[in-house]
Amino acid sequence: MKSNRPVNLSMGQVLSVNLKSPVAIASILHRLSGVIVFLLVPVLLWLLDKSLSSPEGFAEVQEIFNGFFVRFIVWVFVAGLIYHFIAGVKHLLADLGVAEELQSGRVAATIALVLSAIGILAAFVWIVL
Amino acid sequence: MKSATGLTGSGSRDWFIQRVSAVVLAVYTVVVFGWILLNGGFNFEQWYGFMMTLPMKILSLLAVLSLVAHAWIGMWQVFTDYVTTRQMGPSASGLRLVLTSAVIIAVFAYAIWAIQIFWAN
Repeated sequence: MKSNRPVNLSMGQVLSVNLKSPVAIASILHRLSGVIVFLLVPVLLWLLDKSLSSPEGFAEVQEIFNGFFVRFIVWVFVAGLIYHFIAGVKHLLADLGVAEELQSGRVAATIALVLSAIGILAAFVWIVL
Repeated sequence: MKSATGLTGSGSRDWFIQRVSAVVLAVYTVVVFGWILLNGGFNFEQWYGFMMTLPMKILSLLAVLSLVAHAWIGMWQVFTDYVTTRQMGPSASGLRLVLTSAVIIAVFAYAIWAIQIFWAN
């Protein structure tokens, strides 16, 4: 069956509708954080490899962590992981029938956003500063 | 078979594997980051002694195998939603094939690297 629904909505229209919805924001951030974590896995594998290779390798990783840039990249990874983790728990709960209605879903999305913001901020203080 | 580039070619099976792998990755995240948080300022012996015990080596391998499936399915979902002919015109199909192939190669490289870290020495 051919549908005549408009599908080429302008980005402005998409954003203006979705930015008002905590559910939509939580959803797109779940995707974005997943992509970020996926892309940064090599950095973490590199640090893990070095840190477990020998006492000298471990000391090198400590050296590397003195640099701001690597600490910042690790924080971006941890931030993505914190958000993806919390949004994932919310998703699994919804699969079990918890907070899957419109109102409860909005509340769950808001809680997920607030909790991750706190966690990501704490991670910034702990890792970057 | 509806999709040649998804993990299993079955939507319901991909759905199920995505959730099982999510739980494994969540457990691994809590265990590793929990240990790091509880052992601030740890040295090499403590770190090596924790990560290289048999249970942690097994959990690490489970986690990286879960990552292969989880990232494959997740990135496939993202690409099939945004890299489409509707969004980008006729070049989208070829580009999506290239991107999905790159993800598959990358996750296997991640797995081989992790196996080398935990099981080669």
